[in-house]
Amino acid sequence: MTLHAFIRPLLVLALAVHAWSASAQVTADRLRRASEEPQNWLSYSGGYASQRHSLLRQVDPGNVKNLELKWVLPNQVFGAWQATPLVVDGVMYVTQRPNDVLAVDAKTGRAFWQYRYTNSPDARVCCGANNRGLAMLGSTLFMGTLDGHLVAIDAAAGRPLWNVALGDPALGYSVTMAPLAVKDKILVGVGGGEYGIRGFVAAFDPATGKELWRFYTIPGPGERGHETWSGDTWKTGGGSVWMTPSYDPALNLTYWGVGNPGPDWNGALRPGDNLYTDSVIALDADTGTLKWHFQFTPNDTYDYDSVQVAVLADISFRGAPTKTLMWANRNGFFYVLNRETGAFLSGAPFVKVNWASGLDAKGRPIKTPQPAGSPTWPGNQGGTNWYSPSFSPRTGLFYLSAWEGYASIFRSEPATYVPGRNFAGGGHTVVTPVPGAPAVRIGRYSPLNDWTDVVGHGAVIALDPQTLQRKWTFAQYDVTDSGILTTATDLLFTGGREGYFYALDARSGDVLWKASLGGQIVNGPISYAIDGKQYVAVISGNSLYAFGLRD
Amino acid sequence: MKSFLFSAFSALSATVALVLACASLGAQADHGAQYSQTEIAAGYRVYSATCVQCHGGNGDGISGVDLRRGVFRRAASDEDLARVITTGVPGAGMPPFKLEPTELTGVIAFIRAGFDQTVSVRVGDPARGRTIFDGKGACTTCHRVQGRGALSAPDLSGVGLVRTVGALQRSLLEPTSAMVPANRPLKIVTKSGETLDGRRLNEDTYTVQLLDGRGRLRSLAKSDIRTLTYATASPMPSYGSRLTSEEIADLVGYLASLREP
Repeated sequence: MTLHAFIRPLLVLALAVHAWSASAQVTADRLRRASEEPQNWLSYSGGYASQRHSLLRQVDPGNVKNLELKWVLPNQVFGAWQATPLVVDGVMYVTQRPNDVLAVDAKTGRAFWQYRYTNSPDARVCCGANNRGLAMLGSTLFMGTLDGHLVAIDAAAGRPLWNVALGDPALGYSVTMAPLAVKDKILVGVGGGEYGIRGFVAAFDPATGKELWRFYTIPGPGERGHETWSGDTWKTGGGSVWMTPSYDPALNLTYWGVGNPGPDWNGALRPGDNLYTDSVIALDADTGTLKWHFQFTPNDTYDYDSVQVAVLADISFRGAPTKTLMWANRNGFFYVLNRETGAFLSGAPFVKVNWASGLDAKGRPIKTPQPAGSPTWPGNQGGTNWYSPSFSPRTGLFYLSAWEGYASIFRSEPATYVPGRNFAGGGHTVVTPVPGAPAVRIGRYSPLNDWTDVVGHGAVIALDPQTLQRKWTFAQYDVTDSGILTTATDLLFTGGREGYFYALDARSGDVLWKASLGGQIVNGPISYAIDGKQYVAVISGNSLYAFGLRD
Repeated sequence: MKSFLFSAFSALSATVALVLACASLGAQADHGAQYSQTEIAAGYRVYSATCVQCHGGNGDGISGVDLRRGVFRRAASDEDLARVITTGVPGAGMPPFKLEPTELTGVIAFIRAGFDQTVSVRVGDPARGRTIFDGKGACTTCHRVQGRGALSAPDLSGVGLVRTVGALQRSLLEPTSAMVPANRPLKIVTKSGETLDGRRLNEDTYTVQLLDGRGRLRSLAKSDIRTLTYATASPMPSYGSRLTSEEIADLVGYLASLREP
């Protein structure tokens, strides 16, 4: 045996050991200090503050034009791919619809394993077989399913460890959000706001799946807030939770966006403010106890789900150091709150709004309902929606994908609750200049854009939280459902339905680079690094693309 | 309800549904029926109290079914629709509905009218309609159907799938008010001085794709375009005074039968 032949197996072994140890534990401490390892993307929003701001600096405005495609991971199913991947020590974990999980070498795109969860035939979802991602704690991945389960998956083997039901799928309970791991718990909420569910969020033991606490987003008899419902309307009040919360470790508070009340479009059927629908709720991470709430849209009749991701930032707000929570809401208003107390600090519309004339001193909207048959701005999909925004501590700006000039004509109709059936109480159409002609559909179903500027268009906007004014606007022809990533080199990555993947200058909004990927981008780009090389990854259409600088 | 989400997003079943839909089409307009505004309004009341729970406000809540556009899984004629409504679809989650005869007629009228309560829709004989389309109406001067006719106006081979009968009737009577923005005639002057007239096929932030007046597929970068304008008036004349109401109904029947996917 030559020395070479002797050493080679040792090298292989050493590499194997390295690979094994590298895919080890995502501890609670690592999650809390995620900003110290920007080479990884450890949770849905890239960190508990949900700023989607990468501290990696290799790709910068000077060299971004040298980004090139490193690999592509084609998806095997059709439909909007809304997931944000995780990247943990060189391994990418990503979900694809309906509830598959893939573990992939984040350097080459080659797959390690695929796990396919089989949903109950009772599963029903309003708006597509979506799944937005995973949580990871220890060496376990956690995924919510369309039939309302939470599944723990061995991150090395790709095999399920346990599986618990959150709610009955036949009644419309589902999970589409990425769970969040906080300390020794896995936090998750349920969707189903179009089926008359009673929404809740819950915490689970990562080892066993045992439920540790549950908070109903619709308070029951005797609970604070119950008086905002009349009769039995709370039982079918909706309040779904379908986006990942944010977390402040110092305050030990989790911040959740709560969805629309049920039935969606007929507020007269549920008189009252309908707490805690269309609200942000701050819950103690250990107990699920409500610390405070802030309601954006009382007695909503527009489906203005407040499921946007809460962005936490410690800034000097009008001269005073402030723990803020920033929120660009589906209802068209941008809010700055004090996240210790929930106090309203400031707010203003960021797109055209006519359902309210403004906000009062406490941030409550002054409602101006439009006559039946008249357009309401923003339309049903909102001024923005679930697509993740970004905050850059460097620029001090809040960035979001907005729909501009987009209105809906809402109609209110009777609704009777039938378990498991759609419980909408009306509907909506986009404003079309052609009476009786088919309205433009809300989603993108082909490479063809049937939206025109008559109906509305998309934009990335940069808001200054101090002044609530726009710093810049980057308009797109089609609307956009893309999340946003900013970096410590003042780059902003985003996409849109047109399938262009952009690097913008975060300070000016100028396009510095773009790639025509073709498929709609309906998820948030991420950045990570392996072996000292920075990658930017995004899903366009049915493929996941990873870019890096030209070697 | 059937497991809507899996069938809804499975390409295979979508294709099957489409094939089934197409196989059963064409027969739709054979009934030569007329649906009055009163019937349609009555049908709307039934629909919004009952059907909307599963089929949704736009009629496309169930995979493979688009009621507004006449895409069904198990029905072609009005009689088929009545049967499906009254007997239900065992196994697919649709229960039987006991409706009064006027309610049943109404809800079929509402579906056939494409949920449009603002019109009385009359659907005539597709075969006669085709004769008018090719002859007296001279529609092929501008429109094309299955490779027959000119290209300066939209190809209508699949118009029955994307327009309700109410909208088809409106298109014949008030073309401008029925022209959707995506079909607005496009005029482009390029920076190099070329003038192009055509129809927009697709558009994004940086490019536009069109079929020009000479039948060529063109794709242009907006950075190469000096002016890009859309006309808001349709070049199509109204047929309200050119054809009899019988002939209009027959044309609607023919157009509704055009269902090339």
